[in-house]
Amino acid sequence: MLANYLKLALAVLRRRKFFTFVSLFGISFTLAVLLVVTALLDSIVNGYPPETNLERTLGVRDMVMMSPDGKNTWQGPAGYGLLDKYVRTLPSAEKVSILSAEAYWVAAYKNGSKFDVGFKYTDGEFWQILDFQFLEGAAFTADDEKNANFVAVISKSLRERYFGEANAVGKTIEIDGQRFRVVGVVPDVPVYRFTPFADIWVPISTSKSTTYKNELMGGFQAIILAKNAGDFPAIKAEFREALKHAQFPDPKEYNQLYGGADTVLESIARMMFQAPEFDTHVERLVAIFFTLMLLFMLLPAINLVNLNVSRIMERASEIGVRKAFGASRVTLVGQFVTENLVLTLCGGLIGFILSIAVLHFLNTVQIIPYGKGDFHINGRIFFYGMCIITFFGLFSGVYPAWKMSRLNPVQALKGGV
Amino acid sequence: MIQLEHIEKVYRTDSLETVALSNINVAVQQGEFVSIMGPSGSGKSTLLNMLGLLDEPTAGTIALHGKPLQSFRDKELAQVRNREIGFIFQSFHLISDLRVVDNVEIPLLYRKGLSGSERRKLALEALDAVGLTSRTKHFPTQLSGGQQQRVAIARAIVGKPSLLLADEPTGNLDSAMSEEIMSILHELNQKRGTTIAMVTHDERLATQTDRTIRIFDGRQVQ
Ligand SMILES: Nc1ncnc2c1ncn2[C@@H]1O[C@H](COP(=O)(O)OP(=O)(O)OP(=O)(O)O)[C@@H](O)[C@H]1O
Ligand SMILES: [Mg+2]
Repeated sequence: MLANYLKLALAVLRRRKFFTFVSLFGISFTLAVLLVVTALLDSIVNGYPPETNLERTLGVRDMVMMSPDGKNTWQGPAGYGLLDKYVRTLPSAEKVSILSAEAYWVAAYKNGSKFDVGFKYTDGEFWQILDFQFLEGAAFTADDEKNANFVAVISKSLRERYFGEANAVGKTIEIDGQRFRVVGVVPDVPVYRFTPFADIWVPISTSKSTTYKNELMGGFQAIILAKNAGDFPAIKAEFREALKHAQFPDPKEYNQLYGGADTVLESIARMMFQAPEFDTHVERLVAIFFTLMLLFMLLPAINLVNLNVSRIMERASEIGVRKAFGASRVTLVGQFVTENLVLTLCGGLIGFILSIAVLHFLNTVQIIPYGKGDFHINGRIFFYGMCIITFFGLFSGVYPAWKMSRLNPVQALKGGV
Repeated sequence: MIQLEHIEKVYRTDSLETVALSNINVAVQQGEFVSIMGPSGSGKSTLLNMLGLLDEPTAGTIALHGKPLQSFRDKELAQVRNREIGFIFQSFHLISDLRVVDNVEIPLLYRKGLSGSERRKLALEALDAVGLTSRTKHFPTQLSGGQQQRVAIARAIVGKPSLLLADEPTGNLDSAMSEEIMSILHELNQKRGTTIAMVTHDERLATQTDRTIRIFDGRQVQ
């Protein structure tokens, strides 16, 4: 039966070229956009080098500090003092690294030209949690950080800027009025990998001032490596507990802290819904994302439903004939849904090809700094794509098919609906 | 085989009420060849649709092998139409997206246990029976009216139904072709024992059948 459905579906689609074209266009365009967006999100949220340990990593990023009466809130990145005191000490954490909340853009000069350099403070553990492949040299260590050694790891692009084709290790580099000795060179990190991204990484202790050391809020984040994701709940609970007992320099000014050890997705949710709570409402973020996807799919889906319904008229006599010769309602629904699925799958195939082309383009032109060659359709995204397409095919096919199958055969034969 | 009692069919629209059939009592016996005659618009096609379990009457009862139509569920009804009934429609109703041979295969699609090659073989046999072996790969629009008529006949007989309902099966054919079709119908009736109900305007054809039901303005006159 299925083979027949397929054969018929292809015959119908071939014969109704305009309908097929319009439908395919709508479906493939929609899917291509969704796939490109998904691929971009996937490459942020899921673990690609150097974030290969992402599935067992949590981050402490934005926090909320609040006054006793709840009227004053301070929202933003955590401070070094807080992270040092309450995150580094978490019993269930395997490793903790503290680093700048984001890369600062500092001006650098070379041969009289000025350019911006992504600059990040970090520590020795950073290089152990993240999986950088060193092109030359090695990472700086916890001792470098402890002793405030003026050492730096730089990106491949920065090395080219300063030293051309030559090696950089052992040479010095001047950034923002400070001179650092290069100890290692790593490949470029795309700018949207906000945790690892920078052009130059230096020990936190080389900072010009030391006031950061005791601050609860401002300028830093921590990443926590767990033995495995199974330890996440324990780490989260320990951190929450620690925050509840946090000590404040002036409890009359601020005496409450909210935040959490979050996965990437949870961090994004926390930033979006900044609320003085422990919960991140990540499910809200996911719901919003799926709603947007649905809304985006809705238009072409409704369009296809509409086309399909209006074609009931055109195909009324066919339906009458099939019923007269023994097609049951279920069989007819099966036939029309299959037809629609074949159509949407063809559209999906084109959509896949389109999205691969778009991603290839994004990969080559490097619109996003250092985002070169970083986007692809992997098995996971292919799976999402197939889900979207199947949903689309069923959504736009079932209602018209159901309507078709309920036609009175005599009326249908006369071409009326 | 099939029994219609006190059948009434009324078409209602907002402003109009058309009585297509009123108080029709017809019983077609197994193996009979019945003709239905009457002027245009008298309700012949409507009656044929009732006999084919394709339409529901406004009032009255239809029973197939003694079982009332109302007692069939959609799936059973579909099965009955598929196995027992073959339709030749007044205006052919071939599916324009399908080739001739695929059109003829339609009734077999809804029958379980037939392979693709078996279906193809039966369809070609049916087309052979109506003398259309050379047009099997054409689309319906590429055929003449008479050829389309014959495809419609092939489709109706391919499933070897026990009841064949023919709405002016010779309406578009010249007299030689008409004779040929009539001989096919007679052969089905005599050799296979197929029960046939045929609408016709042609008295000569009607006289070749076992009996004639005459309708005038929705009423049975004989
Ligand atoms: N869907 C409908 N709505 C309203 N009236 C209808 C409908 N179908 C049929 N009729 C009416 O029912 C009556 C019988 O129609 P039917 O098609 O059975 O006639 P017929 O005897 O087959 O005519 P012909 O010889 O021209 O084919 C006609 O008066 C027709 O106008
Ligand atoms: Mg008629």
